[in-house]
Amino acid sequence: MLKRLLTAVAAVVLLAPLLSACGSDEPAAAPKTLTYWASNQGASLEADKQILQPELDKFERQTGIKVTVEVVPWSDLLNRLLAAATSGTGPDVVNIGNTWSASLQATGAFIQFDDATLATVGGKDRFVPAALASAGAANKPPTAVPLYSLAYALYYNKQMFADAGIASPPTTWEQLVEAGKKLTNGQRWGLAIEGANISENAHHAFHFSQQYGGEWFDAAGKPTFDTPQNVAAVKRYLDLMAVDKIANPSNAEYAQNQSVSDFANGKVGMLLWQAVGSSLKAQNMAADAYGVAPLPFLQSAPAGGKRVNSMVAGINIAVFKHTKNRDAALQFVKFMTSDEEQVALNRTYGSLPSVRTVASNEAFQAPEQKVLAEVLGSTAAPLPQVAQESQFETLVGTAMKELFAQVASGGQVTEDDVRKKLSDAQSQMRG
Amino acid sequence: MTSTVSAPGPVALVGSRSDPPGRRSTGTRPARTWLPYALLLPAVILELSVHVVPMVVGVWMSLRGLTQFHIRDWTGAPFVGLDNYRTTLDVDTTTGRELLHSFGVTAAFTVLAVGLSWALGLFAAVLLQRPFRGRGVLRTLFLTPYALPVYAAVITWTFMLQRDTGLVNHVLVDDLGLFEDRPFWLIGSNSFVAVLVVAVWRTWPFAFLCLMAGLQNIPDDLYEAAYLDGAGFWRRLSSVTLPMLSPVNQVLILVLFLWTFNDFNTPYLLFGGSAPSAADLISVHIYQSSFITWDFGAGSAMSVALLLFLLVVTVAYLLVVNRWRRRA
Repeated sequence: MLKRLLTAVAAVVLLAPLLSACGSDEPAAAPKTLTYWASNQGASLEADKQILQPELDKFERQTGIKVTVEVVPWSDLLNRLLAAATSGTGPDVVNIGNTWSASLQATGAFIQFDDATLATVGGKDRFVPAALASAGAANKPPTAVPLYSLAYALYYNKQMFADAGIASPPTTWEQLVEAGKKLTNGQRWGLAIEGANISENAHHAFHFSQQYGGEWFDAAGKPTFDTPQNVAAVKRYLDLMAVDKIANPSNAEYAQNQSVSDFANGKVGMLLWQAVGSSLKAQNMAADAYGVAPLPFLQSAPAGGKRVNSMVAGINIAVFKHTKNRDAALQFVKFMTSDEEQVALNRTYGSLPSVRTVASNEAFQAPEQKVLAEVLGSTAAPLPQVAQESQFETLVGTAMKELFAQVASGGQVTEDDVRKKLSDAQSQMRG
Repeated sequence: MTSTVSAPGPVALVGSRSDPPGRRSTGTRPARTWLPYALLLPAVILELSVHVVPMVVGVWMSLRGLTQFHIRDWTGAPFVGLDNYRTTLDVDTTTGRELLHSFGVTAAFTVLAVGLSWALGLFAAVLLQRPFRGRGVLRTLFLTPYALPVYAAVITWTFMLQRDTGLVNHVLVDDLGLFEDRPFWLIGSNSFVAVLVVAVWRTWPFAFLCLMAGLQNIPDDLYEAAYLDGAGFWRRLSSVTLPMLSPVNQVLILVLFLWTFNDFNTPYLLFGGSAPSAADLISVHIYQSSFITWDFGAGSAMSVALLLFLLVVTVAYLLVVNRWRRRA
């Protein structure tokens, strides 16, 4: 009897820690530690960690605040952010793709950068206006502040252009097609297309649509995917492969930046990408082997067509509301957007600073950065800052991926096919 | 194991309840009645927290309009009744039509994958039934796909299935000359074949393992008797091997069906977040409908519908098989 009782007591005692472990919160950690999720900006996750660590050490020396960094791949970042928002646990400071700003803002999981909060990181006027405009819906305080700024540009192989007798980079899509046809032969292709990459597809859908006078959302924030302008825009992009045949049909299955490798290896003469210089360098393409130019426009813009040839691309930095170290987190944001860090990090990544004060720094006077700055300053427009933006990217990007697959398998894609795909995508927009 | 431990519990309880209080329940009784429960507690807690609670929360979520606006405070998501079911299961809407399409693809995929895995497993198990030199090596070799980590294995397949640089096209087009034009495997209609091949490659070793174990239990006398009666290979297979394997098959087919129908890793790793329409398997479809479009209510509704479907199929299957076995 006693033996049995003892066994039972032992069982309960053994179980107790298990039970209490489920419910108890960790005791508040020492207030001087932050967790930071960085996005993948360099050649690899490990490279990013090595780039960031010295800067984080510097921050710790200055403030005594230790920052633990984890570099999260783009394919996981949004899901990880959603999980952290849902559970209310996770990192203190995170990088977000600036196009997700309004979508993430709607979750209410991040602290708002109202004027008072902005003042603690240097004030509103410190930031490049176009970049700050891509940090949340227009009439609300930003949900993040810009960290790195990027834009699309046309990268072209100088040697291949010279060999084909093309004197200058194309400024219209018609010229680009012409140049592409000259470059395309049995071995090489004119243009690389990342056809199975959903975000890339959606970004191109955006600036083509702007040039055709289209919008993906109306003023009330309702999706307008299947307008004639958007159909024409998507078809124009698909036709680079389907009709003009200046892109390798194999590009339809590219989703892991194979087009960058193809360009670096001289398999293709032109690439439409954002600040790709540092990746090309990592793949042993010399900086003087390629030229950089703004993305082309349509030769004759249809009614309502806008002079937009890139989205305002970039990375924002945000602070979770659930952080226990709000002040330390804001101090870290201030550090990352300081003049010194903006020069150091953007120089390494080949992106542009998000603050005005260092724009003229010699680090950003290379030909690539000058083109990007010119595009950002004059002909870039932010993607729609509406809560459903990330759904737009997913649904339209996927529809385009399927259309590219159809093209690559030898099928013809008509305007009706495009319209049907886009209206199917639109009818899946809810909420 | 759970049932053997818990069996004495309820019996003892019923006994003590029906007895007049205080009479027969001596000091030792209570200890014996609650100890099994105490020992069961960890298993029950884990079962509840890993399976039952998430399932119940899933059902609850399917009745809510849970989108990005509510995930931070998801208990506050508005109650929408059966709206999520109405939208996702109504085949007149795009969402419903795509779910139905995905369901059809998954059903075809499951029938083919389970059938092929089982047939391959049986074929290999029968061939390796008799001892011969190198049998051990072959057995090990056949089990390799099952032992490999799924991520490493499927990612290797994605490299092999690339159109320009993949090994599959190199063999099929360059070496064998079976196709004139290099086919795509990861996009377009061939993607169904690609995901089927990878799934069969991954699951058939399990069928092989189970059937091999089942074959070990068939007494040699039966084969000898059949042989003396003049039964050939096919007759022995159909009259001895298959009937004797039916208890193994009953469980094996059910498990393969459930695993294959729900398989998420293979299509997700092969195609990334967005599967081509021809290979739009239901688990990835639901993932896309909830995680990528941030509509967790609709995603849960689809999951609950899928759960109900699998339950119905499983119960029907067990009923039919049991009746059939009792008659046999």
